[in-house]
Amino acid sequence: MNTVVDDFSSSVLKNNSVAKATAGYWKTVFRRLLKDKVTVVCLLVLLAVVLMAIFAPLVAPADPFKGSILKRLLPFGSPGHLLGSDELGRDMLTRLIYGGRLSLVMGITPVISAFLVGAFLGIVAGFMGGHVNTAIMRTVDVFYAFPSVLLAVAISGALGAGIFNAMVALTIVFIPPIARVSESVTTQVRNLDFVEAARASGASSFTIIRVHILGNVLGPVLIYSTGLISVSMILASGLSFLGLGTRPPEAEWGLMLNTLRTAIYVNPWVAALPGTMIFIVSICFNLLADGVRSAMDVTQ
Amino acid sequence: MIFYLLKRLLLVVPIALSVTVVCFSLVYLAPGDPLSAILPSDASAELIEKLKKDYGLDKPVPVQYAIWLGRALIGDLGTSIATGRPVTSEIGRAISNTLVLAFFGSLIGFALGVSFGTLAGYRQGSWIDKGVTAIAVAGVSVPHYWLGMVLVIIFSVILGALPAMGAGPSGGWAWDFEHMKYVLLPAITISVIPTAIVTRTVRALVADILGREFVTALRAKGLTDRGVFAHVVKNAAPTSLAVMGVQLGYLMGGSILVETVFSWPGTGFLLNTAIFQRDIPLLQGTILVLALFFVGLNLVVDLVQTALDPRIRRA
Repeated sequence: MNTVVDDFSSSVLKNNSVAKATAGYWKTVFRRLLKDKVTVVCLLVLLAVVLMAIFAPLVAPADPFKGSILKRLLPFGSPGHLLGSDELGRDMLTRLIYGGRLSLVMGITPVISAFLVGAFLGIVAGFMGGHVNTAIMRTVDVFYAFPSVLLAVAISGALGAGIFNAMVALTIVFIPPIARVSESVTTQVRNLDFVEAARASGASSFTIIRVHILGNVLGPVLIYSTGLISVSMILASGLSFLGLGTRPPEAEWGLMLNTLRTAIYVNPWVAALPGTMIFIVSICFNLLADGVRSAMDVTQ
Repeated sequence: MIFYLLKRLLLVVPIALSVTVVCFSLVYLAPGDPLSAILPSDASAELIEKLKKDYGLDKPVPVQYAIWLGRALIGDLGTSIATGRPVTSEIGRAISNTLVLAFFGSLIGFALGVSFGTLAGYRQGSWIDKGVTAIAVAGVSVPHYWLGMVLVIIFSVILGALPAMGAGPSGGWAWDFEHMKYVLLPAITISVIPTAIVTRTVRALVADILGREFVTALRAKGLTDRGVFAHVVKNAAPTSLAVMGVQLGYLMGGSILVETVFSWPGTGFLLNTAIFQRDIPLLQGTILVLALFFVGLNLVVDLVQTALDPRIRRA
C-alpha cells in the first residue's frame, strides 16, 4: 500500500520536475505583447499623448486661450512658437497638447459606455435566447440600416451641438455592433458542455453568467471594442469638425482643424497639424488593438 | 431563386418601416418644440395654435407618424423651413451630386483595393504584402476630412493644379473634363476607406483560395497561372463585390465630412444646412432617403451575391 502511494507521489514529482511550470494566461499575453515591436511603439506613443494631455498645464509652453493679433498664423519654428500659431495667434504646440484632453475623452468615453450597454444587452440576449433575444437583437438591427457616420450626424444634429450630445450620439452608434458581437459569443459559449455541466451541478443562472459566461465573453468583446476606439476618435473629432461637438475657443483637434481651414492658403502645414494628431492617435489605437488581439490568441 | 427573392423582399419591409420610425422620432430628440425654429420669439398663443394645427402637431404622435408616413410614401416629405421649397426637390438635386461623388469614390476604391489585395494575396509575407497591409491600416485610421485638406494643400494651394472646392462651373454635375477636375480630389479622399476595406477583403480571399486543395489540383493538372487566376477571380468576386456594394452605401451616407471640406453641393451639404438652421423636415427627409437608399443597396448586394454564388441560397 505504502509503496503504491510512494510510487505515485514520486511519479507526480518526476512529472513536475520535467514539465516546466507554465506562466499564467495574462503573463503569456503580456510577454507576447512586449515582443511585438509595433504594438510597443504604439503603446508608448499613446502613453505620451495621454500623459501630455493630463499634465498639459505643466508641459505646455503657453496659455491655450491667450492669443495675439500680431502673432497670427506664424510658421513652424517661429521664436516662442515651435509649431507656429493659429488664426487667433495662440500657440499651436500648446493647443495640440491641450486638444488631446477633449479629443481623447470624446473618442474613448463613447466606446466605454457603448461597451457597458452593448455587452449587457448582448449577453442578456444571448443567455436568455427566445423572445428576449428576438426583441433585443431586432431592435439592434434597426440601427444597422444606417451608415454609422449618418447615424452619428443625425442624432447629434437633432440633439443639437455640444460635447455631451456628440458623445451620446457616438454611444448609440457603437452599441449595436458591440451588442451583436456579445450576443454571438454568448450564444456560442452558452451551448458549450461546461455550461451544461455547471447547470447540472446545480449552479444558479447568476453564477453561470458571472463565472462561465462573463469569463469567456468579456475578453473577445473587450478586444473588439478596443478596435472601435480608432473609429470613435475619427468620428468624435469629425463631429467637432462639423461644429456638432465642442465649441470655440475650446481646444479640440477636430474643431481646430475646422477653424484653421481658412488658413491653408497662408500657412498650410500648420493648419493640417491637428488632423495629424487625430491620425497618429487613431492609427496607434488601431495597431494596438490588432497587437492585443493576436497576443491574446494563444492558439496561434 | 424566385422564392428566395420574395423572402428577401419581405424581410426588407420591417427594416424599412423601422427606419421611418427612427427618422420620424428625430423630431422628438430635438430640444424644444418642433415649431420653435420657425416661430418668432414673441408669437401669440393663437398663432402657435394655428401653426400646430397646420403642421398637424395637435394630433397624437402615432397619428402624426401615420400622416407623415403616408405623405412620405407618395414622395411628399414636407417643406424645408430654411428655403421654403419642398424637401423632396431639395434632396433630389443634392443626391445626384452625392451619387456622383460616391460613384467615383467607389470606382477608385474598388480598383485600388482589388489590385492591392490581389498583389498581397499572391505574395503573402513578402514586403509587398507588408506594404499593402500598412496601407490598409492607414486607410481605415486616417481622418478623411483631414486627408481632404492635405490633398487641397498639395494640389490646389501648392501646385495649383486642381480646384479646391465646389462641383464645377455649372454648380452641378456634367460629364466633361472640366467637371472631372472638380470631382477628382473629393473622390480620392472619400475612396480611402473603401480602398482599405476592399484590400483587406480581397487579400484574405485570394490567400484563402490559393491555399485550397482544388487550386493545388488545378496546378497539378498543368493549368497555367493565368488559368488559376481565372479560378481565383471567380471565387473571390461575389464577396468582393458585396463588400464594395456595402461600401458604396457607407460613402453615400458618410460623405458629409468630405462634402464639407470641399463644399460639394450634395446631401452632406444639405444635412449641414438642416442641422444649423434647425430645419427638421429637411433633416428628417435627407436622413430617411439616405437610410432607405442604404437598405435598398444592401438588398441589391445580397441578391447579386446570391445570383453569383448559389451556395449562399442553399445555406
